[in-house]
Amino acid sequence: MKNTLRQVFHSSKFLTGFLIFAAILLTMWIYPLFNPGNPLEMIGVGTFAQPGTYFSLYDAATTRTETLRLPDADEKRITNLVSDADRAAMIEWFGLMEIDVSEVDATDIDALLDLWLEHYDPSVKIKGMTQARRNFFKRLDKNLRQIRAADTLLVMHQEEEELVEKARITKTDYVNVSDVANVKRLPLGTDNFGRDVLKELVSATGTSIVIGLIAGTVATLIGLTLGLLAGYVGGLADDIIMFITNIFTVIPGFVLLILISYSIGQDQRGASVVAIVIGLTSWTWTARSVRSQVISLRNRDHVNLSKLSGHSLFRIILTDILPYIASYVVMAFILQVSSGILAEAQLSLLGLGPKTTVTPTLGLMMNWAMLYSAHTNGSWWAYFPVILTITLISFSLNLMNTGLDQVFNPTLRD
Amino acid sequence: MSEKKERHDFTGGPLCLSGRNVTKAFGLGDRKTVAVDHVDFDFHEGEFVSIVGESGSGKTTLSKMLLGLLNPTEGEILFEGKVRDISTARKKREYWKGIQAIFQDPFSSFNVFHKIDSVLLDCINMRGGRNLSQEEKVRLMTEACSFVNLKFAELTNKYPFELSGGQMQRLMIARIFLLKPRILLADEPTSMVDACSRATILDMLLDLRDETGMTIIFITHDIGLAYYISDTVYIMEHGRFVESGKADEVILHPKAAYTKRLISDVPKIHEEWDLSTVDLLAKEE
Repeated sequence: MKNTLRQVFHSSKFLTGFLIFAAILLTMWIYPLFNPGNPLEMIGVGTFAQPGTYFSLYDAATTRTETLRLPDADEKRITNLVSDADRAAMIEWFGLMEIDVSEVDATDIDALLDLWLEHYDPSVKIKGMTQARRNFFKRLDKNLRQIRAADTLLVMHQEEEELVEKARITKTDYVNVSDVANVKRLPLGTDNFGRDVLKELVSATGTSIVIGLIAGTVATLIGLTLGLLAGYVGGLADDIIMFITNIFTVIPGFVLLILISYSIGQDQRGASVVAIVIGLTSWTWTARSVRSQVISLRNRDHVNLSKLSGHSLFRIILTDILPYIASYVVMAFILQVSSGILAEAQLSLLGLGPKTTVTPTLGLMMNWAMLYSAHTNGSWWAYFPVILTITLISFSLNLMNTGLDQVFNPTLRD
Repeated sequence: MSEKKERHDFTGGPLCLSGRNVTKAFGLGDRKTVAVDHVDFDFHEGEFVSIVGESGSGKTTLSKMLLGLLNPTEGEILFEGKVRDISTARKKREYWKGIQAIFQDPFSSFNVFHKIDSVLLDCINMRGGRNLSQEEKVRLMTEACSFVNLKFAELTNKYPFELSGGQMQRLMIARIFLLKPRILLADEPTSMVDACSRATILDMLLDLRDETGMTIIFITHDIGLAYYISDTVYIMEHGRFVESGKADEVILHPKAAYTKRLISDVPKIHEEWDLSTVDLLAKEE
């Protein structure tokens, strides 16, 4: 047993898969300790806030300030405020006025702005330019002049009829983010309902893995029992069991899954119900392969010896057959867990997964992202991390399976 | 193995296991193969019987039917004069107290997940020794191991795969020693072990027979071995017994062509074993 484990962990494939899976499990365990609370709590009003750190402007205005004179502060501010379209419009105007801009670097926004302030004259009428276009350039000029103005922002507070000055913000005022009363870090932004995607994702990964484990256990137990009985007892029992198995194999499992999920109804479909339904439709593969393994074991001498020693059928199956196929069953179980997680994601994407608003699952998160068009409005953070997580889970489980296969089946070793 | 052992004559003695028209066919229609074809036999108590034949002649199928692991398609097997009834699990268990086996491949005969102690303890339990004290059980196991020249103290807490093939096969004999069945079916017990172990194992089987008076049915492809060890020989070809009788008669004066061929195929090891003196030209019946 000890040696087998050592051998298993010597397989680089198994080890890689195990480490990835362990990292996912650890995250699921540790992250809620730092960020407790209901993962489905709506923290924002708007939909799809971008990933990043959010802090309250209101609180920041009244936070104690430090004066910092950063040499590139102006340049950064201007770069941030002047869009590429503005820049293109400036260059277009210079061209129309036949002003030579060859000496100025188009990317040097400061120099470009100097040139603009020097030459722009709203009274000049360019031939062939519409009034609307002229007004556009006037607005642009106004915006650009504001950027350069060395002014101070006043924060006013209304008391009865008059405005009282609350705070004065100059360009060199900085606040430490940790001093601001309300800061929210959203590494993966928010989803369509204004919920923290990362928190939801961690919780959903846990639920999905549990669904996979339940589905895998149900499928493996059914498949193992039927496979052992069909393979070892043989005869009529084998015929009946294989008849049922063949019927289940011929009916496409996913269609059956959709029909069962649909007929259960939205209200009854909890995460565990969905998991059991997935398990009940995916055992055929395990049953068939366990049966073929058992048939090859059934006539071995050690089984005959056990029979001659007067052991009961149950004991022979349990002690002389099961240990020999245990490694195989473990591998089948891992694959069933992996396919259970994928089946849940598929079902939920179609809207037939666990009922919403109770627990998030990976499939439900993708369903929400799809319903609220995250993929068309560019909110990649609402679905891409979910896809990545599903991929990582299946990838790690399949890697573990391949690693085990190589350990227990020496002909596959490389 | 040089000295020829003393032979006994069991003709007319009490019957232990007999078969009438025993047949086993696999498959149906065009694909039907008859592995054992209407054979009759009478094995007496205390007799050392050899069933000799090439591979594919139906020896192993016959042995499985004798053990009750396969049901004959036709004919009946009589155990101690009565038609054997192994229709239920309980009756089978009762039958297996009377008949036990040693298999060809010692490496696949043991469950690799069970320790040697549990293999031997199973035998004590089967003989009704479930309630014996721990000391008594250890004494019985030690006795059985010393019968086959193994030291129980060295084997305890070991797994079967930690032993050599010869040691495993001797452990199988220790198992039989504990079970003391009326009949032992040895299906080529020496074909997978080295030559030195082979002689030891054969001598142990003879000792076992002399000590307990059990019937030993020895299945082999080696007619020289059968001649050395057995009282009675059955020659099997294509599922039928082509010749049977006392070992001296069958092997020194073979009648069937198949027997003659088997004898001519034996390599010469020693002049005493030179079977070319056998009259191969005697007229076939």
